[in-house]
Amino acid sequence: MSQTATLPIAGLNDDAPPALRVRGYWANVGHRLRHDPVTLCFAAVVLLIVLMAIFAPLLAPFDPYKESVVLRLKPFGYRGHTLGTDELGRDLLSRLIYGARSSLLMGLVPVCIATALGGTLGVIGGFAGRRVNAIIMRTMDVFYAFPSVLLAVAISGAMGGGMANGMAALALVFIPAMCRVAETATAQVRSLDFIEAARATGAGRLAIVRYHVLGNVLGPVFIYASSLVSVSILLASGLSFLGLGVKPPTPDWGLMLSTLRQSIYIVPLSCALPGAAIFVTSICFNLVSDGIRSAMDVRL
Amino acid sequence: MTALVEVSDLSVRFVTREATVHAVNGVSFSVRPGEVLCILGESGSGKSVTLRAMMRLLPPRRTRIDGTIRIDGQDVLALDKRRLRELRGGLVSMIFQEPMTALDPVYTIGTQITETVMRHKGNGRSAARARALELLELVKIPEAERRLANYPHELSGGLRQRAMIAMALSCGPRLLLADEPTTALDATVQIQVLILLRRLQRELGMGTIFVTHDLGVASEIADRIAVMYAGRIVEEGPVADVLRAPMHPYTQGLLASTVHGQSRDGEIEAIPGSPPDMRRLPSGCAFAPRCIHAQPACRTTMPEPRWPSPDRMARCVRIDDAALVAAE
Amino acid sequence: MSDARDVGGPAQPLLIARDLAKHFQVRGGGRSAHVRAVDGVSFTLFKGETLGIVGESGCGKSTLARLLLHLVQRDAGELIFDGEPVGAPHGITVAGLRRHVQMVFQDSYSSLNPRMPVQDSVAFGPFVHGRSKPDARRVARDMLVKVGLNPDLFGPRYPHELSGGQKQRVNIARALAIEPRMVILDEAVSALDKSVEAQVLNLLRALKQQFNLTYLFISHDLNVVRYVSDRVLVMYLGRVVELGPSEAIFTRPQHPYTRALLGSRPSMDPRHRIEEPPITGDPPSPIDPPSGCRFHTRCPFAEAVCAERAPELGEWRERASHVAACHMLEPGSGHSRTVQ
Repeated sequence: MSQTATLPIAGLNDDAPPALRVRGYWANVGHRLRHDPVTLCFAAVVLLIVLMAIFAPLLAPFDPYKESVVLRLKPFGYRGHTLGTDELGRDLLSRLIYGARSSLLMGLVPVCIATALGGTLGVIGGFAGRRVNAIIMRTMDVFYAFPSVLLAVAISGAMGGGMANGMAALALVFIPAMCRVAETATAQVRSLDFIEAARATGAGRLAIVRYHVLGNVLGPVFIYASSLVSVSILLASGLSFLGLGVKPPTPDWGLMLSTLRQSIYIVPLSCALPGAAIFVTSICFNLVSDGIRSAMDVRL
Repeated sequence: MTALVEVSDLSVRFVTREATVHAVNGVSFSVRPGEVLCILGESGSGKSVTLRAMMRLLPPRRTRIDGTIRIDGQDVLALDKRRLRELRGGLVSMIFQEPMTALDPVYTIGTQITETVMRHKGNGRSAARARALELLELVKIPEAERRLANYPHELSGGLRQRAMIAMALSCGPRLLLADEPTTALDATVQIQVLILLRRLQRELGMGTIFVTHDLGVASEIADRIAVMYAGRIVEEGPVADVLRAPMHPYTQGLLASTVHGQSRDGEIEAIPGSPPDMRRLPSGCAFAPRCIHAQPACRTTMPEPRWPSPDRMARCVRIDDAALVAAE
Repeated sequence: MSDARDVGGPAQPLLIARDLAKHFQVRGGGRSAHVRAVDGVSFTLFKGETLGIVGESGCGKSTLARLLLHLVQRDAGELIFDGEPVGAPHGITVAGLRRHVQMVFQDSYSSLNPRMPVQDSVAFGPFVHGRSKPDARRVARDMLVKVGLNPDLFGPRYPHELSGGQKQRVNIARALAIEPRMVILDEAVSALDKSVEAQVLNLLRALKQQFNLTYLFISHDLNVVRYVSDRVLVMYLGRVVELGPSEAIFTRPQHPYTRALLGSRPSMDPRHRIEEPPITGDPPSPIDPPSGCRFHTRCPFAEAVCAERAPELGEWRERASHVAACHMLEPGSGHSRTVQ
């Protein structure tokens, strides 16, 4: 009798590892990120680029649209133009600073759209029955069959150039991949016992998805999305370079690369600048994404 | 008779950025040729790590191993890569809980055993093939000839386990390391594999170290038994003596809490609490927090091994007392 | 002892399963095959008892558990919960059934959401059943105390911060949080260390009394089943081979399979070891299982009749009945060893 009474209490004193700090998952991820100097460095660079884009009007020394016949293709430092001028006599530094805006937009917006749409489709596909899954995933497979660059070019070519169309095209390119990632993650979670346990509790599908699936799918989806940003920046530059993305005279790194290309023998250094900007931005996003990935890989 | 295996003061630590796990903390034991030593312990007690350390199978970058391991006179921790390869699969073989970890899914059973025999013994292909068939018959695989052409996934769990045993025996090891080889098997299959292993071990005269968490399995196969708790051997002795009259409170608790014909009317005498965190072991006896006999001295220092009789050891402060009382 | 939820009265069995069947279709090698996971299983579960279900892998015991909770749709058969047919027009709904029947799974880790503090996992059931969030949280904390975990210390933790035994306590709390009348324990203690297993078994025993529960205890460990169960049901390849009171099954097993299963238990006595395995070979695959009596491929007493015709599971009349499905027990079956 006394044993019956004491047994459950025996567990109460069972305060296993007392020093084990109780931290939530995200707090754990944050803790790891804070102790990763490399990722922090690149995150700082990304932040600088973002700030540069936001405060472009304050930072740019000249009007990026002001053309001048006499100032065409001037070298570095010519009459206050620190980085020289382009083929229409516009200040290169100012155009580079303003160009960050379109590059970042083209990097982030399509990924956000694709994450929202593709992620939702993926979760539905992963959690709904076999038939819904087949319809969604087979449709995605059709898009998957094309190389992403070709698809982006084809879609934005068909819709006509322009920034909005370019973003839409890129989003369409990313949706199948995003959907695939979300679907795989959902299917994995779905097979775990705790989903079955939740069903056994009498929970409906919506409640299960909301409380048990989303939290577990968000991680992989977010990791994948962050790795897509750099791809998106590169692809957007490619579109602009081909004249399918941002329209002139808007300052855009890809477009600048395309127009300066003809002057490569006159001002080779200036030519390399937009390319370098694209490279630095995309690689920083990439490395930050890698850091987030390893920080989120907390063994649970 | 000289010992086949001599392990002294073995400790294994896993060092990660976040913490150091003290998996094995000063383990010493020896195995004579042809003897079966069962290392009995619960999950996290360090029993499997001890076994893996003997084969140097632990990831070298994150593992710190101290102490000495001698197998047939060779200092295992000092062997170079070539010698180590000769040791593994030659003098020493290992079998696992999950045969799919040891068998390659893309080759047939026959090919795998044949290759192993050719590599270690330098036999020709046809001789090696004949040896493979012989081995499958030795482990009582029905229709051995046909099974040689099977892939691992085509076999049932019990046959797969037998095939892995056949492969482990292919080079005539003198020491067999078995890591819970029957745990994943169904009851009716487990007893078949246990009896097979016992017979093979006797016929081939292999020294065997058999790691298990199951007292019943140990009672079927062991000559001697070493009970591990929190990376230390807390009790050791002939299997019948340990099971009949356990000395260490942990062994006593383990026996009492193993359900075996207890009356349905009463509760099972469970050991309270849970095993310690291997990242932060208490300074004294690791079992003290769960022990009903714990004294203040238990919490300060780990008791040294005590030998109440020549073939029995226990690390508990109460043992000497008992022996003294008996002497008076 | 009166329970407002008790509709049918104490004599009404809590759960009656009649001829439950579930066949999965598997494709492989260009042809499709049926896995007869559960193939005509009938049994009666009385109020307040513990029915043990034993069998080896592939015998369908886990599928049976999921059928009982409608986590898997049955292909045939009938389920009656406290006198009300489940899913029938005049009976109890599946949602209603799940309010009364809960399950504890074997894998204590994967049955808890890794991204949720355990107290929220426990609170999820009451929340889904209409309690407010703070209210559900309060129920969860009470439940944690009942399973022996300090809610302040363990409630906010995540599953990976608990030991196996602690996680299984949480799972038990989760199952009991919506006050079920019946709990299915699917290998609930099998993955635990022996010392922890004993603690959890004691806990289950105490909770059963406290909450007036009925247990369906599925396990492959015969010693544990014997300790826990009032009655035992033995399964082999999707069918019931023997059913009876626990003591009778363990002291006077009738079916050759049950005898083999009991004889395969390690002796626990090094001086009296098992020298010969009771039966040889592995359990056959449940895909296209053997004809007739499914055990005939491994049975030492198999005769021609065993491969031809499936034996009937004797006539089950009442709680104390002890029945087995074997031609040797069936007079006039044509088996030479039939007892007269």
